[in-house]
Amino acid sequence: MIRMLRRAKPRAVSFLYLLPSLAGVLTFFIVPFAQIIRYSLVDNPISNTYVGFDNFKRLFANAAFQRAASNTIRFSAIAMPLAVVLSLLLAMVLEAKIPGKSKFRTMFLSPMMVPVASIVLIWQVLFDYNGVLNNVFARFGVLPIDWFKSDYSHLIVVALFLWKNLGYNMILFMAALGNIPKALVEAASVDGASSFRRFWQIKFRFLSPTFLFVTILSLINSFKVFREVYLLTGDYPYEDLYLLQHFMNNTFKSLDYQKLSAAALIMAVVMALIIGILFIVDGRLGKDVES
Amino acid sequence: MRNIRFGGRWLKIALATLWCGVFAVVFLLPTVLTFANSFMTETEITANYGAVFQKNETGGKQFISEQVNLKLIPDKVTFSQYATTLLKSPDYLLKFWNSAILVLPIVLFQVAIAAFAAYSFMRTRGKLKEILLFVFIFVMLMPYQVTLVPNYLVADSLNILGTRWSIILPGIFAPFSVFILTKAMRRIPKSLIEAAKLDGAGEWRVFTQVCLPMCKGALFSVAILVFIDYWNMVEQVLIMMPEPDLQPLSVFLSQINTGEIGLAFAVATIYMVPAILLFLYGEEYLVEGITYSGGLKG
Repeated sequence: MIRMLRRAKPRAVSFLYLLPSLAGVLTFFIVPFAQIIRYSLVDNPISNTYVGFDNFKRLFANAAFQRAASNTIRFSAIAMPLAVVLSLLLAMVLEAKIPGKSKFRTMFLSPMMVPVASIVLIWQVLFDYNGVLNNVFARFGVLPIDWFKSDYSHLIVVALFLWKNLGYNMILFMAALGNIPKALVEAASVDGASSFRRFWQIKFRFLSPTFLFVTILSLINSFKVFREVYLLTGDYPYEDLYLLQHFMNNTFKSLDYQKLSAAALIMAVVMALIIGILFIVDGRLGKDVES
Repeated sequence: MRNIRFGGRWLKIALATLWCGVFAVVFLLPTVLTFANSFMTETEITANYGAVFQKNETGGKQFISEQVNLKLIPDKVTFSQYATTLLKSPDYLLKFWNSAILVLPIVLFQVAIAAFAAYSFMRTRGKLKEILLFVFIFVMLMPYQVTLVPNYLVADSLNILGTRWSIILPGIFAPFSVFILTKAMRRIPKSLIEAAKLDGAGEWRVFTQVCLPMCKGALFSVAILVFIDYWNMVEQVLIMMPEPDLQPLSVFLSQINTGEIGLAFAVATIYMVPAILLFLYGEEYLVEGITYSGGLKG
């Protein structure tokens, strides 16, 4: 009996340690999420009549949601691959034993520490109608435009996103590159493998878990670019920059819980699907390395 | 043949260094410019950037150059913008305080609660635990556009909407730190814990005297990462706390008057300082923390 108690004890104690965190996550994230599922299926929280997928149909028919979703998808589709590829390039260049490697690392990482609010003044000076970029372009005879209200606005925001996020991704790739067994790469080059083949057939496979993680991270961070857009252009940006977070803010203001819940649920499902697919792809690529 | 290869190698390194140099300038310049501009007089700032920030004013009293003039070195170095911020416009200091009073409790308690949870995830690894950890990771991966809705509903039913608690409480329980600290704790050699147990140490002593000291680096790096994220908060504030009185500088800074651009640069610099200092003193920890965050498995 005593022996059983002693065996059970670590388990019980260990759950005790988990309790505060678990209670918080359940209270603030999981339980209300169940509420969201319920809200998304009823006509309003008071009468509680089940309406099936009406809220979702209403959401998808909403012009503001369509614009916000397509702008966000377009932004992420451009920003995510660039963030992965460019940070990998930076990491590989730094790995090439250049002088002052750690100084460069510090400099590349520094933008992630700078609060967006502190840096938007400079972005305004650069991209305003009377700004620096137009001055430079004027010398080549290009007519000035207001960059944040132009068809290029999303590309400017991509640039701001890359500025802030490349450093973090680069660190992840540097760590992964450092973990590739040197002997394997050397053996391949002795066997006469070109540097191109060495990359795709050896390094790429070892990097694949990091690829997965950096891709997911870039996707999540690409949703945070709302900060830049909001601080630069306010509640009502140029229509190309109207993002899902703008849509959520406006829906919060109108207290339309059904629409909010439907939107949050759709986004959660889409995120889960994307992350699931990435995991499956990663499982295929990384198979040879782990065995 | 060998010489050519040798020369090619040098060329490669030179090119790589040049490439990094160009990138380094691009990465550093905006921050350095903000810093440098905070030491300019209001007259100089207006002359340089008036074309951007004061389009509608045509008083003609001030000199505004038609073209924006991006300058690194001030004509006259002055601390007047800082003096104004610190002595004459308490509004910005108040907003700085708003930031601190939101962020510090979040960092402290998120890391503390997560350390307990991580210890638990490390000590026993049953099926239930693995499912819970998966749920934590899933919540961590959800963007604000998803998590703010449940957070808002709870804040509403707890009647804390519009107060600091509506931001602090969800921040404290965000599972990011749990994830990283669990990975750090699972790297502690099992034999160390077993040895402590054999010496008669209870769970509390193993936790406080073996695991926490072993994870000091990880704890510090998580704290830095959480700090940066919340020092930069925007989304939560707009939804939970729309009244400007309680807002942190990360939101309020953009509402600064166009006539006070010089001041804005000084406030922007003051707001960067805590983050930059943490970076300069804790870069190794930061890098360690980022490395820990890599990879979702084990």
